[in-house]
Amino acid sequence: MAGEGEKKPVLEMIQADGADEGCVTFVLHDEDHTLGNSLRYMIMKTLDVEFCGYTITHPSESKINFRIQTRGGLPASEPLRRGLNELTDVCQHVLNTFQARVNEFKEGQEQPME
Amino acid sequence: MAATMKNVEEIRSRVILGEFGVKNVHTSDFPGNYPGYDDTWDMQKFQKNFRIDVVHLDESSMEFDMVGIDAAIANAFRRILLAEVPTMAIEKVFIYNNTSIVQDEVLAHRLGLIPIRADPRLFEYRNAAEEEASEIDTIQLQLKIKCSRNPRASKESSDPRELYLNHMVYSRDIKWVPIGNQADVFADSSIGPVHDDILIAQLRPGQELDIVMHCVKGIGKDHAKFSPVATASYRLLPEITLLEQVEGEKAEQAMIKK
Repeated sequence: MAGEGEKKPVLEMIQADGADEGCVTFVLHDEDHTLGNSLRYMIMKTLDVEFCGYTITHPSESKINFRIQTRGGLPASEPLRRGLNELTDVCQHVLNTFQARVNEFKEGQEQPME
Repeated sequence: MAATMKNVEEIRSRVILGEFGVKNVHTSDFPGNYPGYDDTWDMQKFQKNFRIDVVHLDESSMEFDMVGIDAAIANAFRRILLAEVPTMAIEKVFIYNNTSIVQDEVLAHRLGLIPIRADPRLFEYRNAAEEEASEIDTIQLQLKIKCSRNPRASKESSDPRELYLNHMVYSRDIKWVPIGNQADVFADSSIGPVHDDILIAQLRPGQELDIVMHCVKGIGKDHAKFSPVATASYRLLPEITLLEQVEGEKAEQAMIKK
C-alpha cells in the first residue's frame, strides 16, 4: 500500500482474562477479510487451538479483532506466528506451482502452432 | 444432517446444492471435529495434493483449476487480485484547452479509466508530500488534437466521417512524453494505452483538446481504475453425478462440448 507519513500500530494485543496468556484478542490495523479469513483458516488447522475467529468491528474502519484461545497453556501469540508463517509458505508454494504450470501451458500452446 | 459413517466423507469434502438451499458450505475439517481423522495442517500433505490445471489462457482472460486448496485462501487470492495488485493509471489531468462538449471533470474521469500499458514494478508509489513529478513515479502522457472541416468532402454528404477531420478522439491519440531517463530505460517497451480504439470524446470543427496527463502507481482499494482485472472470480469445481444410464439421443444432447 502507499506509504503513510505517521507511524500507526499494525497490531495490538488486548487481553481480557487477567493472567491467562492463552486467550488473547489481537487488533490488526489496515486489514480486512483478505487476511482475516485466510489466517483464521490456517490457525484453526493448528492443533491445540480451542477457538479462533475474527470480526470487522465496523465496515468504515479498516481494522479487525482477531481472537485466539488455546488449550493447555500455550501462549496465544504462538499459533498466530505459526499461522502467518504457514500462510506465507502456502502462498509461496501456490505461486511456484502456478508459474510452472502457466509456463508449461504456454510452451504447449506454441508447439502446435510451429 | 447427522454425521453418520456413510456421509462423513460427503460432509467433509462436498458442498451440496439442494432444492431450497446449499448444504455443507463451511469448512469443517479442523483438528478434533471428526474422530479418527487427523486434520492438522500438514505442509507435505498439502503440497502432495495440490495441483493447478490451466484450462484457458489468452491475452485478456484466463481460467484455471486449483485442486486441494480451501475456499478461504482462494477467496483471499481473488480479493487481492481485485484490490491490491498495483497498476499505473492516469491520476492528474492538466487541461490547457478543452473546447469540446465534454465537461472537464467528465473527460478527466474517462481518461483515468483508460488502462495503461506500463509495468508497475518498475515504478514507485508517489509520496503524498511530493509536488514534483519525478521519472521514477510518474508517466507523462499528452493528448493534443483539433477537429477541422474536411476541405475535400463533397457538398451533399452528411457523413461526419467524411465531413470532418479528427472528429473522434480515440485512445490511440494519446502520446507518451518521456521524462528524465525514461526514454533510455523504456526504449523498447511501448508505454501508452493498452487498447487503441477507446473513444474518449467527439469533436466538431473548431473544438480542440490540449491535455497533459500524469500516471501514477496505485491499487484498486484506492480507486477502481487501478484494478488490473476487469473482474476475478472463482467457483467450486462442480461434480455432476448421473443417477441412471443415459443412452441414445439423450446421451448426444447431454454430451459436454468444450
